Amino acid sequence: MAAIAYDLIAVRPGRLLPILGVFAAAIVAGLGAALIMALAGHQITGMTNRVPWGLPHVFAYFLILSASGALNVAVIASVFRRADYKPLEPLSALIAVACLVGGLSLLVLDLGRPDRLMLTMTSANPRSIFAWNVVLYTGFMAVAVAHLITVIDRRFAWFGGITGHTANIWRFVLTTGTGLDLGVLVGRELIHSAVLAPLFISLALTYGLAVFLLALPGLAWLGGGTTDRALMQRLGRLLGLFVAVSAYLAVVLQAVHLYAPDGRDVVAFLLVEGGVYTALFWGGQIGLGTVVALVLAFGGRPIAAAAATVVGGFATVYVTLISAQVLPQAILPGMTVTSAFGDGALATYQPALVEWVFGVGGLAIAATVAIVACRLFRILPKASAGAGVRAIGG
Amino acid sequence: MTDPRRTSDRPTSACPMAETDAPRPAGRSRRQALAAFAAGAAATMLAPGVVLITGAAPGAARPPGTPASPAQRWGLLIELGHCADGCARCVEACQTEHGWHAGDHGAHDPHWIRLVSATDDTHGRTLNLPLMCQHCAAPPCRDVCPTHATFRRADGIVLVDRHRCIGCRYCVMACPFSARFFTPGALTDQRPHMPRGQGTAEGCTLCVHRIDQGQIPACVEACAAAGGGAMRFGDLADPDDPIRAALAELPTARLRPDLGLGTAVHYGDL
Ligand code: SF4
Ligand code: SF4
Ligand code: SF4
Repeated sequence: MAAIAYDLIAVRPGRLLPILGVFAAAIVAGLGAALIMALAGHQITGMTNRVPWGLPHVFAYFLILSASGALNVAVIASVFRRADYKPLEPLSALIAVACLVGGLSLLVLDLGRPDRLMLTMTSANPRSIFAWNVVLYTGFMAVAVAHLITVIDRRFAWFGGITGHTANIWRFVLTTGTGLDLGVLVGRELIHSAVLAPLFISLALTYGLAVFLLALPGLAWLGGGTTDRALMQRLGRLLGLFVAVSAYLAVVLQAVHLYAPDGRDVVAFLLVEGGVYTALFWGGQIGLGTVVALVLAFGGRPIAAAAATVVGGFATVYVTLISAQVLPQAILPGMTVTSAFGDGALATYQPALVEWVFGVGGLAIAATVAIVACRLFRILPKASAGAGVRAIGG
Repeated sequence: MTDPRRTSDRPTSACPMAETDAPRPAGRSRRQALAAFAAGAAATMLAPGVVLITGAAPGAARPPGTPASPAQRWGLLIELGHCADGCARCVEACQTEHGWHAGDHGAHDPHWIRLVSATDDTHGRTLNLPLMCQHCAAPPCRDVCPTHATFRRADGIVLVDRHRCIGCRYCVMACPFSARFFTPGALTDQRPHMPRGQGTAEGCTLCVHRIDQGQIPACVEACAAAGGGAMRFGDLADPDDPIRAALAELPTARLRPDLGLGTAVHYGDL
C-alpha cells in the first residue's frame, strides 16, 4: 500500500489565526467564568440543591460522548481495515482526544473544590462509577494518544493494530460508564435505568461522528484544502444509521418507564406536560436531532445532517440530564407533598450566563487542541491540509 | 494513635471532624448509660410496660482511641401523630446546633432537616413529617462518592469528610430523599464542632458530636423539651434499648422501603 501523504495545516491569511484568536478569547472567558464560580461559589449559577448538575455537565457530557464516537473513523480504518478511511485515521483520533480534553476540563473546573482533584486517584472509591470514570477517561486519553502516535509516526506503525483494538474496546467501556453514571441514580426516575448504558453508547457513536463530519470540512476550510465528496456522503449515511439507532433506544427508555410504578407520570411529564423540557424533547431531540438529521443524512447533505445532529444532540443531553433533576423525587409515593425545600413541586433551573460562557470555553478548548495539533503535527491528509494533493480515498 | 473510625467501611485518614469521632467510653452500653440517666429524663408511656426516655443525655462519652462500635446502630423513631401542625422545634434546634440557615436563597439553601407536609392521596389525612438524612445501611451517597469523602461509620452514621470532598455533587444527585446539600458560597457563623465549607457537601450528622459525648441529638432534645415529644433516639441494634421495644409495639414504616436502603429513621403513624 502506498504511503499516505500527511501535512501540517496550511496557514491561510485571514483564516487560521483569526479563528484561533476567537477560540483563545472564548477560552480566556471560560477560564474567567470558572474562576468567578470558584471564588463566589455555585450560588451565582443556576445550579441548586434541587438541580445540582447543570449546563456545565451538559457541555461536558456532550464532549465526552463525542470523544468516544469521534474515534469511529479510526476504528473503521484500523479494526475493520478499510483502506479508504485510512487517511483520516489520525484526525479521527485527534478529534477524540480534543473532545475529551474539553469535556474533562469542564468536569474538573466545575467541581466545588477542583484543587482536590488528585483525591479521585489517591483516595478512589472502587464502588463509585465516578471514580471508575476518572480511570476510564484518562486511560482513553492515553490509548487514543498512543494510537495517534502509531499512525503519524511510521516507526510505531506495527503497534497500531493493538492500540486500535484497545481504543475501540476502551471507548465502549467508557461510554457504558458514562451512561451508568446516571443510570444508577435510584432517586432520579427519568434516568434510573440500565437502558442508559446502550443509549449512551449509541449517542456517543452518533455525536462523535457528527462532530467529525463538521471538524473535517472545518479544518479543510481553515487550511484552504478540500474534502472528498464521496467519502463525506458515505460517512453521512453512517451517521443516519446511528441517529436511527439512538432514536430507537430513546423510545425503549421511555417504554421501560411505562412499566414502572408511577412511570406514566414521568413519561407524561417528558412528552406532554414538561414545558421547556417537552419542547426541547420534541423540537430538539426528535425534530432536529432525529427527523431533520435523518432526512439530511440520507438526502446527501452530510454536513447539514451533522449540524442538525449536534444541535439536536445538545438538546438531548440537556433534556436527559436536567429534566431528571427538575422532576420532584418520590419521597412518599401515594402522597401529595409540599415543603420549604420545594418537595413535590417541579424545580426550576435557569442556566446563568457564567455557565454558558464556561461551557463554550470547553468547546473552544476542544477546537483549539484540534487546530493547534494540526499545525504542530502532520495529521491532515494532504488534500485537507491545503497542500493541494488529493489524498483522501473515495 | 488509634483511628477511632478504623472499624468503619472507609480507609483511615486525617479527620477534619475530629470532634465527631471524639472518644466514647468502652465497656458501657447505651442501655446502662440510659439507666444512669433516667433521673433527669422525660419519660413517655408508649404502651403498657413500654416507657421511652427522651430529652435527656445518656451522659457517657467515648474515651480517646476507642473506635465507633459496629455493634451499635444509632437510629430515630419519629411518631408523626405527635408532630403538631406548625411545630418546627426540631428544625430550629438543628439550625442553632449546626449553624445553617434556610430561607434567603431558595433551593441554594441547605435543609439538613425540613418539615414535609404529606397528604395521603386516598383518604386525605395530612402529616407533618420531619425529614433528615436517613443514615442508610446501604447509602447511595456513599456508593457514588469518588473519594470516600462520604463514609458510613461503624455505628451506622453517614458523614461527609469535608477535607476529602471535591464538591462533585454526585451524592446530592444520588440521595433519594434530597437529604444531601452542597454549600454554594462562603459561610459565616460556623460552629466549632461542625466545620462546613464552601464547595463541599453536607447533611444531617445525627449529631454525631453529641452522641460521642453521650448526649442525644439536638432535634430530639428540643422535641422533648418544647415540641410534641415525637422523636426518640436509640441503638437499633441493642435488643434492650427502649427504642427496640417501641418499634416492636408501634406501627411504624420507613421511607421508600422498596429501595432496600435500610434506613435508620423509623416513622410512627405513617
Ligand atoms: S438519606 Fe441520603 S444522604 Fe442520608 S445516607 Fe441515605 S442516601 Fe445518604
Ligand atoms: S460532593 Fe463530596 S461527598 Fe458528595 S460525592 Fe462528591 S466528593 Fe463525595
Ligand atoms: S440529628 Fe442533629 S443534625 Fe440530624 S436533624 Fe437532628 S439536630 Fe440536625
